[in-house]
Amino acid sequence: MKQKLEKWIITLVLVVGGFLVSIPFFWMILSSFKPEREARSMPPTLWPENFTFEHYLNLFQNLNFGTYFTNTLIIVLFSMLGLLFNTMAGYGFAKFHFKGKEAVFIGVLATMMIPAQVSMIPVYLILNQMSLTNTMSGIILPGLIAAFNIFLIRQFMTTIPNDLIESARIDGAREFRIFFQIILPLSKPVLAVQVILTFVGAWNSFLWPLIVANDQGLYTLSVGLALLQGQNASSFALQMAGATVMVIPVLILFMFVQKYIVQGFNTTGIK
Amino acid sequence: MNHRNAWTPWLFIGPAILLLLVFAILPIFVSLVISFTDIDLVGLGNWDAIEFIGLENFINLFQDPLFRQSLYNSLVYVVIGVPLVIICSFSIALLLNYATSKLFTIFRVVYYVPSVTNIVAIAVVWGFLYNQDVGLFNFVLDFFGVDPVPWLEHPFIAKLSLILLAVWKGLGINMLIYLAALQSIPNSYYEAANIDGANKLQKLRYITIPSLSYATFFVTVTTLIGWLQFFEEPFVMTGGGPLDGTMSMALFIYQEGFQYNEFGYAAAASLVLFILIIVVTMVQFTFNKSDKD
Repeated sequence: MKQKLEKWIITLVLVVGGFLVSIPFFWMILSSFKPEREARSMPPTLWPENFTFEHYLNLFQNLNFGTYFTNTLIIVLFSMLGLLFNTMAGYGFAKFHFKGKEAVFIGVLATMMIPAQVSMIPVYLILNQMSLTNTMSGIILPGLIAAFNIFLIRQFMTTIPNDLIESARIDGAREFRIFFQIILPLSKPVLAVQVILTFVGAWNSFLWPLIVANDQGLYTLSVGLALLQGQNASSFALQMAGATVMVIPVLILFMFVQKYIVQGFNTTGIK
Repeated sequence: MNHRNAWTPWLFIGPAILLLLVFAILPIFVSLVISFTDIDLVGLGNWDAIEFIGLENFINLFQDPLFRQSLYNSLVYVVIGVPLVIICSFSIALLLNYATSKLFTIFRVVYYVPSVTNIVAIAVVWGFLYNQDVGLFNFVLDFFGVDPVPWLEHPFIAKLSLILLAVWKGLGINMLIYLAALQSIPNSYYEAANIDGANKLQKLRYITIPSLSYATFFVTVTTLIGWLQFFEEPFVMTGGGPLDGTMSMALFIYQEGFQYNEFGYAAAASLVLFILIIVVTMVQFTFNKSDKD
């Protein structure tokens, strides 16, 4: 009896807390379908009384959000190439012996400690020297490699039996064929988590595109939204529509894959 | 292992190493060098215009009221924000760990979702909720007869408002870390405590919390580092105002570097932030060690 009551209380606390945590999302989505006057009316309406799509049309027809959307997708696509490099490096560190390996690996890990603010100015100057500022390459290149991902992938790769790789070599398979046909399929669990986190990271990238892109044609959704907030500060419903466009794809993706992420946390050793 | 060619491993790690060298290692040295120069937009086009000025940037920084304000603000963010994140994410993890039913799995997603959503979008939405005249928060307060709160219009309250948003955003990931740690505590500890007749509070105090010391350490270090680099929230919601009350060190560096193009000065500020992060992390590691002894 006491047990049951306890469970009820805990569930109730979680429901109330979960509702409070979700309010910003409900409010964002509902407001994005209200005409501007209704969005800022006092007392506020909960459900849109005059349901409208005008803000979404406005975003894509007049405010270039289509371009920002495409740019964001390009960054997401190339981040997957970065993930491939990270995976190759993780494999290299886990399964090969070569001179200086430990030192190089420690160097890789050390780069995790460098805050974004420290590297942003020199990286900007370096890109400027390479004439890559205000280009898509300049936006993409610095973010391709993440030491933390290399580390996690290496941890996983060490659990793959060496015999498997050796016997493939004896059968005459070349190194990259071994990597693509044997190692990658075996690494699905860790790669699934990495793909999701890489997607979310690239989708949300803000600071770097903000710095490197001067040209509106290179803006990402985040940068476009921040710009919108600056220029149309009083147009709340429009801003909410922009925010919804940014947030909803991640929310939907996340509903489907959350179980892998939670599992991933339990297996990658952060305990 | 016997691969045939000494170059094979480098084919695998090469691309990553090359990119890290150019975009992570080299920048540290560039940053160090330019922080002792007066490089600005002119110097960027013409290297002859750059002058070596020694420690002048660093001396100027500590005399710059805006930089000192940003240091103070960052301190407030850390001192209030970090304990809040730890306490809240720990409490939620404890509640979520109570049962394993489908319902509890759904709640796990609900509490995690804010941490994967775009921070700019979130900042825009919260800016709307915080609006003094038409925001939802003041409407709800008004309903309960509370006077409107100047959420983003008062220098100190604005700091608290940004902290509240960042705590909301930071809950999910830390809650997951705590949850993973909670699930790895052996059940036998609790069974033994039951036999000894320990009550719930005693079990929490003597088994759960000590078993989570590593998770707490991890959460503290990452949250501290994250809060020292606080950027998007003040950038989007307040631009550092009102009266520089929300100006963070990261925002200061961004503005000096990319709005005023004072690259040398901004690089010096970024190195101060870097040193601060290293010191804070080292202190954490030392504390963690003495805990164990």
